[in-house]
Amino acid sequence: MIDWQPLWLSIRLAGITTLLLLMISIPLGYWLAYSRQRWTIAVEALASLPMVLPPTVLGFYLLLAFSPAQGFGHFLDRYLDIRLVFTFPGLVVASLLYSFPFMINPIIAGFRSLSPNLRAASRTLGKSDGTTLVRILLPNIRPALITGVVLSFAHTIGEFGVVMMIGGSIPGQTRVASVAIYDEVQSIHYSLANQYAIVLLAFSFIILLLVYVVNRYFHQTSTLP
Amino acid sequence: MLHTAQGPRRLEVELRWQQGRLLVIYGPSGAGKTTLLRLVAGLLKPDTGFIEVEGETWLDTQRRFELPTRCRSIGFVFQDFALFPHLTVRQQLEYALPDPRNKTIVAELLSLMELEELQHRRPALLSGGQQQRVALARAIARRPRLLLLDEPLSALDDDMRNKLQDYILMAHRHYGLTTLLVSHHLPEVLRLADEAVLLEEGKITGQGSPTALFPANVVTGTIIAIDRSDVACTVVIESAQGITKLTVGPAEAPVWQVGQSVNLSISPRNPGP
Repeated sequence: MIDWQPLWLSIRLAGITTLLLLMISIPLGYWLAYSRQRWTIAVEALASLPMVLPPTVLGFYLLLAFSPAQGFGHFLDRYLDIRLVFTFPGLVVASLLYSFPFMINPIIAGFRSLSPNLRAASRTLGKSDGTTLVRILLPNIRPALITGVVLSFAHTIGEFGVVMMIGGSIPGQTRVASVAIYDEVQSIHYSLANQYAIVLLAFSFIILLLVYVVNRYFHQTSTLP
Repeated sequence: MLHTAQGPRRLEVELRWQQGRLLVIYGPSGAGKTTLLRLVAGLLKPDTGFIEVEGETWLDTQRRFELPTRCRSIGFVFQDFALFPHLTVRQQLEYALPDPRNKTIVAELLSLMELEELQHRRPALLSGGQQQRVALARAIARRPRLLLLDEPLSALDDDMRNKLQDYILMAHRHYGLTTLLVSHHLPEVLRLADEAVLLEEGKITGQGSPTALFPANVVTGTIIAIDRSDVACTVVIESAQGITKLTVGPAEAPVWQVGQSVNLSISPRNPGP
């Protein structure tokens, strides 16, 4: 019998991560896209690092960092009563780092693709940078935002290496679908593994399709007279 | 610091003009005209400078004071119009309003610029001339003290140019604006300017009424052939006046190229070939 919990956990993880990433990446992406200071390129490179790092490497360092036996992890445990190893919040933190490049890079590219005169024009009309961002820039990078959301969501759902390292496989807490599939294959429960896999596949495809349909609808209505 | 085709040049300008007049800044490409306009708007910051408009200081580098663009009472028309792709014509104008409740000027501008039928269209569905009118209307919507136009008609064909020059003049007069227009199109200067400023290689080389600055018979022509010899160079120019042959010394010759657009000034003193 299929246990929906791992799937539900995966969706929760991806949903929360994507939402938080969107909120962080818009202001950060704006800053990186428009800053003229030269050192920001180092920040950009750093932001893309998780993309090239082997997931187990990231997971390993997170494990060390969050381990309650030393340093930062110890501080969290002792003073804030927070544990980030083998817990769901820990997975969220790890996912934020791991999927970050997939949200921020499309957003930065989106901002950069806009004519700089749009921002200048809004300023000449007396608008603050905040108003310009919300009323002019964001509406014109909608495809970039959608791309970021879809990629981050999909990437988080598919996460395995990082999750295994820092989350283990605790049912109801950190045993997400990708880990559950691995477990079932290890236990030779192929049909169960297949059930998880098929649901995940179908779900991911439906999300993707929905996004493409919505994007096309917006594109068409914006060019109608 | 300007970067031109001939290498870096300094922009050193001291300019005064009167309220209510239409001032045209004229000069070859790279002279610094657009840079100057952007400096006045606050989109660029000079190394040193002082800008004062109607008694209000906008820039004083000595006192390290700079009023940001959005606090300056300006309207700016960009060369590429810079219309917001996601807003309709009407929405562009409404966005420009400082007070969203007071929409009377929107209706007035739509009527004046003959945009009423197009008010619910987005820029992608407008022609170049229509987009220009929207850009102009949007710049005026907040009743700015200074209207700045950066080569607004360079993207249009001659027919449209003339019509839109009409709109610019009309808007300037109707709203009693002070206008600074940048152009490298001489007939435009002659038609629109109350006063003209000649900007060459980063410096002002002339200021005054357009007829005083530019002699009466000026036509634009194209170099169609250059005949170079050791002693001299014959440049053949075709223009509305027909074919003109110019003899220039070898020192001047390297600057000329076939296909270049030139301004010919023909005055009665020259016997002419």
